[in-house]
Parts: sequence; C-alpha cells; structure tokens
Amino acid sequence: MLRWLGRNALRAYTGLALVYLMLPIFIVALFSFNDPIGKTNYTWVGFTFDHWANLFAIPGLLDSVVISIRIAFISTLIATTLGTLAALALVRYQFRGRPATSLFIFLPLATPEIILGASLLTLFVAIGKPPFFPLNEFTILIAHITFNISYVIVTVRARLAGFDRRLEEASADLGADGWQTFWRVTFPLILPGIAAAGLLAFSLSIDDFVITNFTAGRTTTFPMFVWGSARVGVPPQANAIGTIFFVAAVSAVAIGSFLQRRRA
Amino acid sequence: MIAFLRRRPGLLPLLLLVPAITWLVAFYVYPAIQMLQASLWSGTLESGFVFSWGNAATYSTALGRYSDQFLRSILYAAVSTVVCLALAFPLAYTIAYRAGRYRTLLLFIVIAPFFTSFLLRVLAWKTVLADDGFILGPLKAIGALPEEFRILATPAAVIFGISYNFFPFMVLPIYVSLEKIDRRLVEAAKDLYAGPVRAFQRITLPLALPGVFAGSLLVFIPAMGDFVNAELLGSVQTRLIGNVIQSRFLVNNDYPTAAALSFMLMAGILAAVFIYARVLGTDELETGIG
Repeated sequence: MLRWLGRNALRAYTGLALVYLMLPIFIVALFSFNDPIGKTNYTWVGFTFDHWANLFAIPGLLDSVVISIRIAFISTLIATTLGTLAALALVRYQFRGRPATSLFIFLPLATPEIILGASLLTLFVAIGKPPFFPLNEFTILIAHITFNISYVIVTVRARLAGFDRRLEEASADLGADGWQTFWRVTFPLILPGIAAAGLLAFSLSIDDFVITNFTAGRTTTFPMFVWGSARVGVPPQANAIGTIFFVAAVSAVAIGSFLQRRRA
Repeated sequence: MIAFLRRRPGLLPLLLLVPAITWLVAFYVYPAIQMLQASLWSGTLESGFVFSWGNAATYSTALGRYSDQFLRSILYAAVSTVVCLALAFPLAYTIAYRAGRYRTLLLFIVIAPFFTSFLLRVLAWKTVLADDGFILGPLKAIGALPEEFRILATPAAVIFGISYNFFPFMVLPIYVSLEKIDRRLVEAAKDLYAGPVRAFQRITLPLALPGVFAGSLLVFIPAMGDFVNAELLGSVQTRLIGNVIQSRFLVNNDYPTAAALSFMLMAGILAAVFIYARVLGTDELETGIG
C-alpha cells in the first residue's frame, strides 16, 4: 500500500514538474496568437493569425533579429574554433599546468553574468575610444565570444574523453602522416562534439540578455528589444519570433541526434 | 612550421591553447583588474575618471547604502536554492530510476526552457501569476482567495522566477550523481534488513550529495546576480543587489560605486561557497554521511 502510494505520488509529481517546466514555453507560443486590447499582452482576449502574417510589422523587430543572428553566427564561429583547439590540447596532451589551465577555463562559467558584463563594460569605458567605445555591435561580439569559449571547451572536452586513440594508431600504421590522420580520422570522429558545442554557443549567444545589456550601448539585439518593450508591452510578434527560435533549436537537436544514431 | 613542431612536439599543446587563453586573459582577467581599478576611481563619465587609493571609502559608503539589497539577494538566492533542491530531487530520482525508455525525453524536457527566450519565459510567468490570471482569477471567483491577494510584485514572485530559471541546473547534476550509483549497494542494504526509507537515507542520499552540492552552487551563484526576475516580477521592495549594480552602471554612470558593489558581490559569493563547502564537509562529500 505504502509502496503503491509512493510510486504513484512520484509519478504524479513528475507530471506536475513537467507541466511546470513546459508551461512558460506554451504560454509564449499561445500568446503569439492572442489579439490583445492595447499594448500589453498579458491577458487572453481572442485568437488571431495576424501577428504571424505581419511578423515584422513592428519597427525595429526585424533589425534586432538580424543583429542577434549575425552576432550569434560570428561569435559561434570564432569561439568554436578557439575552444576546439584548446579542448584538443587539454585532452590529448599531458603538460605542466594542465590542471590549472582547466580550472582557469572553468572560472568564467562560475562567474555571475552580471559581473562578466560589468567588468567588460569598465574595460571598454576605460579604453574610451573606437572601436570599443561608444559600445556597439563589435563590443557585444567580444563579450559573446568570451563567455562562449569556456562553454565550447567544456563541451568538446567531454565529447573527446571517450575517444579511441587506437583508431589514430591504426591510421599511422597504414602509412598516413599526422596531417592526414587528423583530417581523415580524428576530425570526422570529433565533429559531432564540435557541432554540439557550436549549437550550444549559438543558442547561448542569440538568447543572451544580461551580458549584452552591459556591452550593447544603443545596439538592439532581440533580447534587448524584448527588454525595452517589456515596460510598455511586448508585441505578440516577439512571442512569434521566440516560438520560431524554440522550434528551430528543437529541430536542430532532433536532427543532430538522428544523424548520430544513424552513424552509430 | 610543421617541421619545427616535429622537432619539438612539446610545443604543440601550448600552441593550441594560446588563442583561447590569450582571449580569456584579455577579456576576462584584464577586465576584472580594470574593474578593481574603476572601484577606486572618482569623477564622472563626462569629466573623466581619476584613480586614487584614497577612494577606498567608496566600498564602505556603498555597503552602508545598499546593505538591504545585499541581504535581500542572499536571502532570495538561498531560498531559491532550497526550493530548487526540494523540487528537483524527486524529479531527478524519477528520471534516473523510474523513467525507463522515457529517460531521454524527460531529460530533454528539463533543458527545453533554455531553447525559449529567457526574457519571454519570465514575462510568461507574469501572465500566469497575474492578479486576475487563469490561476488566481478562478480561485478568487469561487472565494478560495481574498480579492486583494496577489503574487506578482511580492518576494514570492521573484523567488518563484529565480527558481524556475535555474531549476534545470539543479536537476541535471543530481541526476548525474544518482545515475552513477551502483544499485547493488541498495540491494545489499535491503539484504541487511534496511527498509526502503533507511536504504535511501544511508545509501542513495549520501551518494547523491556531490550532485546536490554542484546543483546548489549552479543555482545559488547566478541567483545572487539576478536582476531580471526582480525587475520584471517584483516591485521596488524586492530590488536586489543586481538591480543596484545594473542601474548604477547603466543609468547613473556611477562606475566607482557599481564596480565596488560588483567586487563585494563576487567576494560575497566566494565566501558563501567556502562556508557551504565547510559546513557540508569535503570528506563527507566523498565518503557519504556515515
């Protein structure tokens, strides 16, 4: 009896927890179809497709999305490159100072975002001249690369840990030189890990608000647009964009895991 | 270049590390030093800032003026961490032991919130918790709650928001440490006549402590720096130290005070982490509570 109760209580609780996790995602999507009276979009009035049909009717929204995607793309590219090289060094080689280096790389992840953003802001103010000041898209880019590097290193390193070194030895035995072995054997094997890190970096960048808030100046990314309109009322179109981002991210993860399962 | 590396293979890892480490030194370490310096500035953005050790009084002035917000941040972060822990443990337990083939799906749902915009998620809770929203509205209509009852603009709303935002950071580490536990230990405990409750207390819980420890830090540290939940879900009475730092930096251009507050926040976090590690005990983390 007690056991039956325990098992079902746990099951019911899990159901509730999943609702709790998913509810805001559902609300964001639902309110992109709302037809609000006035500017605030907090209470349900009626169903409409209007905002999806006029996705970019709100001034500044399209620009902010384009800026966000551009920053996410470039910062992902640079952070993934630098991070992957560093992760290779940390997993493949024994050298003095390796534990200290690992700790150092972990530190930015353990620092609250507000401190990362604030310290970059003081740096840019102290430099006080272009391209760092006044703050602009370039300073946001620097900030995003900075927090993404650590995430990429940690992700790629975790994926590299299970790597079978004998595959490379086999390649060398078959007469390949170091360069050929890297591009024909090592790189294809670690590519899923790099792709996962890149996806993480992209989604962190496109959604970052706190650090961007400190390094943006007048540049408006998508999260900055939402923050700016939060006081007067976020337009349902912003919910639609958020929903598109969500669907895109979920599809990317689903496609990624499908491809990996097929290779395996 | 390649021939040079072939002669000195020890240099390769260094060469691979140089770009990333240089970047982090330039844009993580150096800004921190710059911020320490900024906390000892005087002057304004227009007239220019002057550095002097004599400006150390900024720290005591700032601490005196914003001690309420500091204490509130510590309180809210601590309560949010406990709330997350209480909510996350049963969920992580279910995913680790009871989910069967749904395990991957459940783990995916745990991280799904990260795929929606952070700000839109916070604003969604504003809809859900609204005074006449679809939860409070019906309860008020049937008279279960008084008309003036509200959650928004109260400390509860801010703590709720913070807990929701960092909840996955608590679930995942606890799940990982539960998943690693050798279930034969629990069977052995039962063979030795321990009931399910006792087996849980003596085996599962102690072995899950590293996950609890990691999860608590992953919630507490970002919660200490929050200003978004306090701003969007709270009121003037729920302003946190993050709100002060944000407005001193970005609204008032009061860089010295803001930098000093940021430093004290970081020091406060380090102190809290240290005390927490001491109270929990690193030995017990490894061997379990005996």
